[in-house]
Amino acid sequence: MTHPPYLSPGYRSTVLRAPAQPPVAFKTDPDAIELTGPVFGHHEVGALDADLTRQHAGEPLGERISVTGRILDSSGRPIRDTLVELWQANAAGRYAHERDQHPAPLDPNFTGAGRCLTDEDGRYRFVTIKPGAYPWRNHHNAWRPAHLHFSVFGRAFTERLVTQMYFPGDPLMPFDPILQSVPNESARQRLVSAFSMELTEPEWALGYSFDIVLGSTPMESS
Amino acid sequence: MKLTPSQTVGPFFSHALPYPHDWELVPPGHPGAITLTGRVLDGAGEPVPDALLELWLGRAGDRGALLRGDGQVSGFGRCATAPDGSFTFRTVRPEGAYLSLQVFARGLLRSLLTRVYLEDRPDPLLDGLEPARRGTLIATGSGERYEFDVRLQGDGETVFLDF
Repeated sequence: MTHPPYLSPGYRSTVLRAPAQPPVAFKTDPDAIELTGPVFGHHEVGALDADLTRQHAGEPLGERISVTGRILDSSGRPIRDTLVELWQANAAGRYAHERDQHPAPLDPNFTGAGRCLTDEDGRYRFVTIKPGAYPWRNHHNAWRPAHLHFSVFGRAFTERLVTQMYFPGDPLMPFDPILQSVPNESARQRLVSAFSMELTEPEWALGYSFDIVLGSTPMESS
Repeated sequence: MKLTPSQTVGPFFSHALPYPHDWELVPPGHPGAITLTGRVLDGAGEPVPDALLELWLGRAGDRGALLRGDGQVSGFGRCATAPDGSFTFRTVRPEGAYLSLQVFARGLLRSLLTRVYLEDRPDPLLDGLEPARRGTLIATGSGERYEFDVRLQGDGETVFLDF
């Protein structure tokens, strides 16, 4: 089982939001519109949308990083021209969101939102800063490990995936009910990016790689 | 290859995922335009103020799904719920029997996929459901206005699809 169960009581918000009934299987219907998905054009995404460090007059505080990887289908084929959206907290662990109450400073030079389309190899690339860990009120002394949120479309509405990328070696990962909601250890590891000296640019930015593999059609085993 | 697991969209996405006119698949005054409104409710019947809904008509429309506002139409829309859990889309009727609706929220470790049928009708999916649950996929209303609530859990729980 790759995906977390909807009900994962360690993550308190699931208790009143997880459906009680099991999902209903699709009827075998090749015309189901869920097997298609929206199309995005390169003209819709600006060249700077993928660089979260260049959206304001000054540079954001924090450790500059690049994150790159490929969006693949379950057969390992690249998914080209698909929209990848990324959002995150700033280096102090604060979101530029009105309801984030964490008493850490906002950074006027960092919004923390970007998007890009994959190239013909299915590759995306973002430049950003490493987000900070932050507290949340799920339980006593609860802290989220540093993470980037990803939203990916793929080729079908059934492939749509929202997930989170973590950083290797983060000591908070074993204590995080959201990451730990994924029942299988090897599946959890697939949410942890890899540090790459090859992607690290001298005098500039640390590099991380993170591939995302999307499911394809209903009933396909996962 | 092994799939990447899903994680929740979390509570703090509204500075990132919404975009201008995202809920308008068609411009105001478009021939045949309908509005689809509703609320997202949790297992206690309380509104869910931090959900994100995506609507898909099954065809791309005139152009890419992010650009809006020049009179052209898209097959895709997105709407973050308001503090009262409400959402609105302006769309057209689907060519087939239903629209596809996907729900993301804090507390949903994986998105939920459902269907909005504008009328009750013979249908392979609807006909296979327990009769008591069939109505959860059928919008109320007629003409230009339809309503469809998403109940995540409990009484009247919406039918979600395995995908």
